[in-house]
Amino acid sequence: MTTITYTYYPGCSAEGVGRAFTESLYAVFEHLGTGLRELEDWNCCGATAWPSVDQSQAYALSARNLALAEERAPGADPADVVASCTGCYRALLKAQEALGASTPTSDRLRNALAAIGLDFQGRARVRHPVDILLNEIGLDRIREAVVRPLQGVRVASYYGCQLVRPFATFDDPRNPTSMDRLVAAVGAEPVDWPLKARCCGGSCYCGGPVIGAMPEATMQLSYALLREASKRGADVVVTICPLCEFNLEGFQGRMARRFGHPLDMPTGFLTQLMGIAMGIDETRLGLHRLLRWRLPEAAESGPATAGGRPRREPAAVGASTHPEGGGDA
Amino acid sequence: MPVDAVLTTRDPEVDRPPGRPAPRSGNRTKRTKWRPVKDQSKFEAQLDPGFAAEIAAEVEGGERLHQCIQCGTCSSVCPLSAYMDLTPRRLIAMTRAGARDDVVHSMTPWVCASCYACTVECPKQIPITEIMHALRRISLREITYPKRFTTPVMTKAFVDMIQDRGRSTESWISMKLYLRTNPALLVKNAAIAGRLFRQGRLGVRRARINGRDELRALLKAVSA
Repeated sequence: MTTITYTYYPGCSAEGVGRAFTESLYAVFEHLGTGLRELEDWNCCGATAWPSVDQSQAYALSARNLALAEERAPGADPADVVASCTGCYRALLKAQEALGASTPTSDRLRNALAAIGLDFQGRARVRHPVDILLNEIGLDRIREAVVRPLQGVRVASYYGCQLVRPFATFDDPRNPTSMDRLVAAVGAEPVDWPLKARCCGGSCYCGGPVIGAMPEATMQLSYALLREASKRGADVVVTICPLCEFNLEGFQGRMARRFGHPLDMPTGFLTQLMGIAMGIDETRLGLHRLLRWRLPEAAESGPATAGGRPRREPAAVGASTHPEGGGDA
Repeated sequence: MPVDAVLTTRDPEVDRPPGRPAPRSGNRTKRTKWRPVKDQSKFEAQLDPGFAAEIAAEVEGGERLHQCIQCGTCSSVCPLSAYMDLTPRRLIAMTRAGARDDVVHSMTPWVCASCYACTVECPKQIPITEIMHALRRISLREITYPKRFTTPVMTKAFVDMIQDRGRSTESWISMKLYLRTNPALLVKNAAIAGRLFRQGRLGVRRARINGRDELRALLKAVSA
């Protein structure tokens, strides 16, 4: 098996609140025979805060990361940078676009990079782990690696905003399906829900209610997502954004009190779910870092009894939107 | 029809339809002075005709702003428009009209979560999210952002931290924010912070990179 090693850009959140994401990503990629190597001395991408102060400086921050990644991978081949946090992914893509165009901004950025001894040749390509898993590693290799198919686990994949917007590089911005395909590849059952790419309110508030910019708005948005997922019979919500994960997971008690409806939806990262199916050790996946992670019984007992658990019927909403599905009851 | 008939107000007692009961007396009958719902009308002299062009020049593809058809798709897909004082559609209309003062004092750009739903759905491909960022820049420059609102404070804390250290550490930013906006939140969120700390998800040491001087030089070079 040829091993490719990708340059990995974790971003500040995937080192802090979303540490489990980085850990599980390393574990899953290693299991699939693909290497990840952290970009040395990377700096913050600027998120959405820096464009609010100065747009070209925001480009420059990401441009440094891209130039460093090119330096790391000499040659003529495209240098792939894997950015896990969706905010970083968007920021780096935006810088890549700005540098690639022949505009005065691009010239200024290249000159500024030259002033600190860096050179951008245009080889850097920003990728997301979901893109790599789906289009480089491929569903077949993932299916082969699964030792404990998660039969009967109903998974709602939450894409967040900036994975598919504004750059729909590998998926549809309105109805993305890439994560659902990965979920299906590890034997789980993807839940069809319309809010899969709707904002959770966490992105610009860096943890939503924690900071309290608009706790009311953030709670409303996150509650709508979780409630819809549970109405559609999801056992677990998985996401690929550190901020979304924390925002959805950390305030369920507060949301339940605020909206007067019990809420206990396990939330985690897609890579953690995949790692469980591949039989990777739970500590390496960072499952102990989650607040309310649990999987239904049947999935925990292994492949011998997998599938024995009767499928949970979705609540009223699912039944009413799929009239033809009501007949099998 | 004589003009008089049009101007005369109907007398509720005389013109009352046969089946309807007489209106109750009390404060209902008190006449109140007519007032517009919210006075946003302007004299032409108060407008800044160059404002739309100023925004269009700030943003790549911003000139499409002039093609807005006011369909309201942006406002309807925006998950946060209910919390804005001016909805995105209205903000664009006022920008084009040149109501600079209202637009730069608006809360809308600071409520925006940068989810890009409007940018993707806009039938005229107006980069609305980028326009929001441009408005944030203007309102930071001219100090017209809403006071005591967290997002501008957070933006400044974040930028300061990265200029200083090259990376951000969430715990420190949150702490700074609480102290600058609402210290009561320190107590309110202590339980969550404690849990995160026990799970090793809350960095206490502030991260920093080796190439800090390099980064500062780069930022200086690009804005020069």
